[in-house]
Amino acid sequence: MPRDKSIQSVLIIGSGPIIIGQACEFDYSGTQAARSLREEGIEVSLVNSNPATIMTDPVTADHIFLLPLTIQSIEQILKAQKIDAVLPTMGGQTALNLCKEAHELGIWEKYGVKLIGVDMHAIDLTENRELFRQLMAKIDIPVAPSQIANSFLEGKDIAQKIGFPLVIRPSYTLGGSGGSFVHSKEALDNALKRGLSASPTHEVLVEKAVLGWKEFELELLRDHDDNIVIICTVENMDPMGIHTGDSITVAPAMTLSDKAFQRMRDMSFKMMRSLGKFDGGCNVQFALDPETENLIAIEINPRVSRSSALASKATGYPIAKIAAKLAVGYRLHELTNQITGNTSAFFEPSLDYVIVKMPRWNFGKFPGCDETLGLQMKSVGEAMSIGRNFIEALQKACQSLENERIGLGSDGRGWHKVDDLLDGLQNPSWDRVFKIKEALRLGVSINTVQKLTRIDSWFLLEIQQLVNIDEAIKHYDADSIPAALLKRAKEMGYSDLQLAYLLGSSEEKIYAKRMHLNIKRTYKLVDTCAAEFSAQTPYYYSTFDSENESNRSDNKKIIVLGSGPNRIGQGIEFDYCCVHGVMALREMGYEAIMVNCNPETVSTDFDIADKLYFEPVFWEHLREIIELEQPEGVIVQLGGQTALKLAEVLTEKGIKIIGTNYESMDLAEDRGRFSDLLKELEIPYPDYGVAHTAEEALIVAQQVGYPVLVRPSYVLGGQKMRIVINDEELEQSVIGILKHFPDNVILIDHFLDRAEEAEMDLICDGEDVLIMGIMEHIEPAGIHSGDSSAVLPAYDLSPRVVDIMKEYATKLALALHTKGLINIQFAIKNGDVHVIEANPRASRTMPFISKAYQIPFLNIATKIMIGTHKLKDFTYERKLKGFAIKLPVFSFDKFPNVNKELGPEMRSTGESILFINDLHDPYFRDIYRKKSMYLSR
Amino acid sequence: MNYFKKVPAVLLLEDGQAYHGYSIGGIGTSAGEICFNTGMTGYQEIFSDPSYFGQLLVMTNAHIGNYGTLADDQESKGMKISGLICKNFSQLYSRKQADQSLNQSLIDNHIIGISDVDTRAIVRHIRNKGAMNAIISSEDQDIESLKNKLAKIPSMNGLELATSVCTKEAYSYGPDTATYKIAVLDLGVKTSILKNLAALHFQLKVFPAKTTFQEMQQWQPDGYFFSNGPGDPAPLDFAIETARHILDADIAFFGICLGHQVLARALGLDTFKMHHGHRGANHPVLNLETGRSEITTQNHGFAVDANSLKPFSNQIILTHQNLNDQTIEGFRLKNRKAFSVQFHPEASPGPHDSSYLFEQFKQYLTQ
Repeated sequence: MPRDKSIQSVLIIGSGPIIIGQACEFDYSGTQAARSLREEGIEVSLVNSNPATIMTDPVTADHIFLLPLTIQSIEQILKAQKIDAVLPTMGGQTALNLCKEAHELGIWEKYGVKLIGVDMHAIDLTENRELFRQLMAKIDIPVAPSQIANSFLEGKDIAQKIGFPLVIRPSYTLGGSGGSFVHSKEALDNALKRGLSASPTHEVLVEKAVLGWKEFELELLRDHDDNIVIICTVENMDPMGIHTGDSITVAPAMTLSDKAFQRMRDMSFKMMRSLGKFDGGCNVQFALDPETENLIAIEINPRVSRSSALASKATGYPIAKIAAKLAVGYRLHELTNQITGNTSAFFEPSLDYVIVKMPRWNFGKFPGCDETLGLQMKSVGEAMSIGRNFIEALQKACQSLENERIGLGSDGRGWHKVDDLLDGLQNPSWDRVFKIKEALRLGVSINTVQKLTRIDSWFLLEIQQLVNIDEAIKHYDADSIPAALLKRAKEMGYSDLQLAYLLGSSEEKIYAKRMHLNIKRTYKLVDTCAAEFSAQTPYYYSTFDSENESNRSDNKKIIVLGSGPNRIGQGIEFDYCCVHGVMALREMGYEAIMVNCNPETVSTDFDIADKLYFEPVFWEHLREIIELEQPEGVIVQLGGQTALKLAEVLTEKGIKIIGTNYESMDLAEDRGRFSDLLKELEIPYPDYGVAHTAEEALIVAQQVGYPVLVRPSYVLGGQKMRIVINDEELEQSVIGILKHFPDNVILIDHFLDRAEEAEMDLICDGEDVLIMGIMEHIEPAGIHSGDSSAVLPAYDLSPRVVDIMKEYATKLALALHTKGLINIQFAIKNGDVHVIEANPRASRTMPFISKAYQIPFLNIATKIMIGTHKLKDFTYERKLKGFAIKLPVFSFDKFPNVNKELGPEMRSTGESILFINDLHDPYFRDIYRKKSMYLSR
Repeated sequence: MNYFKKVPAVLLLEDGQAYHGYSIGGIGTSAGEICFNTGMTGYQEIFSDPSYFGQLLVMTNAHIGNYGTLADDQESKGMKISGLICKNFSQLYSRKQADQSLNQSLIDNHIIGISDVDTRAIVRHIRNKGAMNAIISSEDQDIESLKNKLAKIPSMNGLELATSVCTKEAYSYGPDTATYKIAVLDLGVKTSILKNLAALHFQLKVFPAKTTFQEMQQWQPDGYFFSNGPGDPAPLDFAIETARHILDADIAFFGICLGHQVLARALGLDTFKMHHGHRGANHPVLNLETGRSEITTQNHGFAVDANSLKPFSNQIILTHQNLNDQTIEGFRLKNRKAFSVQFHPEASPGPHDSSYLFEQFKQYLTQ
């Protein structure tokens, strides 16, 4: 049966603001689904409260509803729009919960809306652990022994029966919230209490913990005729005990025999079929006992999930896109594999490379939090890397993280105390993989490392090879290292910086040496089929193999740098900016080349850019892409601080920065020169000074006067930024900064206490300035702008103040020779306007303003950057009625013991948009009242 | 484990293309037809599958050898490939159940291999130029000398290899008594096929490839099974003749892979050498009778010619078709209890989507 023609309009429900455990992978899936349905001529409506998404952009859907994800909003949409069917499987748990609630209230029925891609009964079965356990028993699928408890006493009773170690899992929570492992009686009481209170139904599952078993995930797709394919098998390098979202994962499975894999495949089919009828994606997790190869099922998710996004990027198979087609009736064999263009979508991808996914944590934002990895997901983003062997992929993943590491160790940042290392192996935190290598380097046996980590020894044997290579390399210097060894090291993913460290040389020298020896990156295609068929899609990764498949075209081309793994302060907003940048370049006839390593993004979808390099946003990798592609230039202002940081080296190497040049960026970042510029332009700014040591800092603080704002330069989201009121606090802060960022310049500003804060996004073409919008923060200055509720347009500032802000912003944008985007932040105290900072790049608020005013500002800005247009070529009309408020969203529930107070360091993970008609809106009144609380503190 | 102590090896293709890497398995020289398999699990089952006899096999999966080898996972006695070509080869393994390393298994079976070559480039080359002969050597690095050796290797086209791998003596398999007795004509049978048949409580007797119909009839089987195997089906006159007799006698018949091609030739259909064949565990097949799709394991370089089927449309019903290139994957006869498939329902390695075909054979027996 081909597509169901009765479906002419579909509502897709998004996943709302980004929180830990539910991130931008659902923007990717929702966007793919929307595009896929529109290909079928279906009218797509989309509801999501997250303005930073591509899915809520007019390029994605026909009707966009930027509304809170509530029943009221659903009814509002159904009244406004004729909807034939709703697709709730693309928006994670949030969308499913909303769909379920509407279903229970009879709303879908009332409006004649069909549910597609989902079976409500199946959702109940998978979310209720007890029902799931009973079902598995019925179909003969082994699971860990468990029982449901609805009370504290019941929980204790069950625990006694099953025996330790146990895992306590609250029902109906996201990303393992409130769950914990219990190894002893002493810890049981607290764990039970926490679990029961975390569950909305006051219910926990007390389950036997299969710690140390190997963990695997299968991604399935099923059509209406019950045909099933497995798109990807992912092996967790970190075994059972660490949430899969916090595990280093690998595809294809590395240590799995065919017999074990086929048993898993058969079981997953049986499980999916037992749940009921639904057409689309499904994810099944298994644990395998390495001693016996016995399997147990862990869980099944009848929807597109975080791992679906990863599986799509890992294989090239567009899971969400195909799942959407299946939801409207297609069968898999009626669809084409879009990568090859002429083979069937009913097939299972074959990989001739290895991918490694590495989570990105942000523990620094949550001082005092428990950094141990376990049941509950704590990472805020992830990077994926592709290599021709596991080790190359692992090292590339380390290079993608942007955590100041340059690969897996070999950078002089090692640990030297074996005891600390062994403890870190047993009690895993973010750095365990680094510690494994260090332990092996210090002579700890693979056997011991295996016992402590319970990681399959194959992975450890691979890491041991790095230790061997390190040792071999140390016998040489940059001149004497044999070409074969250098080549081998590059094949194993060593960066030039790592080799420079090992050989006592410089990155530049190593690079020159290998260019001389012709040890260069080659590029291979991700094609779903291990080269069995020729592929049509330009999705590449680099390696050091003999044949290069990426050929330079004759077109004029520009590279857009992505923002790497998501983290607090740099998230989905920049993916939105990159996608729009790429689309504007293509519209102007440029070949747009995307470089990024974040598998959750839309920008790394194979059909967004003309060419995609799935590579670390890391100078060495970028450099060789530039050498190969010879672009006109590189756009750095769309990919956040990650991309911006590369501007200096690009300029140094004579590569053109498209848009505002490096000198201007540096001027805006260099506090001294920037303040001189402000002085020259007669723009007020808070007194400031710079210091390199705590000693100097104290002197500066005396000069500018307490309270002062202390921070390192060139950092993201206010990292390590503090407001301090005396010498003692200042000294502590400075020491803290220098520990993390040795040799960094420390900026000390007089802090304007109890000032109002506002910000402005602008586009400048060098002659004219377009003020996109003015956002007034509800919270006073001192709360990071990313954590503030921002009202667009300004609601409380006097017209005089607004005029002054506009005047200053215009002067400043022009003086900085801005070509493209710039964000300027102001503090207003007693009617005096001060400029606190200026960032000549796309800001976090770009998508918010574009959505609120319904103007494609990024399209305009990109055309200005490349110089095809001037501002006077555009006309636009701001469509906002009333006000739009950007509301920060936090994930503090993941870190129960952390102080939730806000300050100059950003801690929110996501945002939502709220439209209000006027300032009498009760929600606005409520948050506005809280402002006075801040001011009175 | 030391990367620099590896023995160099070379792979030379018939068209002169050479690839340099390191030796794995035994030291020596080996030649055959080069082909590639895209399966991501089950290297041991693949290497011990007799259908790969005479072939140098490129594994597209990035890592090979990770989980060692296990006696129970063999598809025949010993490794049958003529040579192995892979990217990354693990000398050490982690699977607790494994008996030994893959390298040791290769050495024990005198299999010559080469690793650390750009397998993807080789696959692209074969994909464009088609299957061809090739030679691997870890003892002779002289290209001219290897060219001379390679020139002496016969083309796969027209090559009869089934008798080289089949059993020399008939033997019994499965239960000693059963409702149904199945005669298996061994053209290079995989152990898992026998396991699947025995699991249905069939009493099996496995006969050498050249056994005649009359000889097998003396055992009074209820049905015949023709196995998979290596080489070209065209020169298998003896087996084709046997199949004709079975059809004439209207005894239940099931053929897999080479057995399927033999049945086709017995019916008067043509077979042809494919450009580079199908080898892997992800080949999509549409069951034309049920409308359902199956992911199948495949391993064939020859196929039944679809054009030659047309004149027989009143006798032969096409039952399975490849979803990628529309080649014939299976058919059954209208007036006879005979059917066959090109793919491998026993999988091993691969998915079990098509295992219902063994049940189907049982139904044919009861008719």
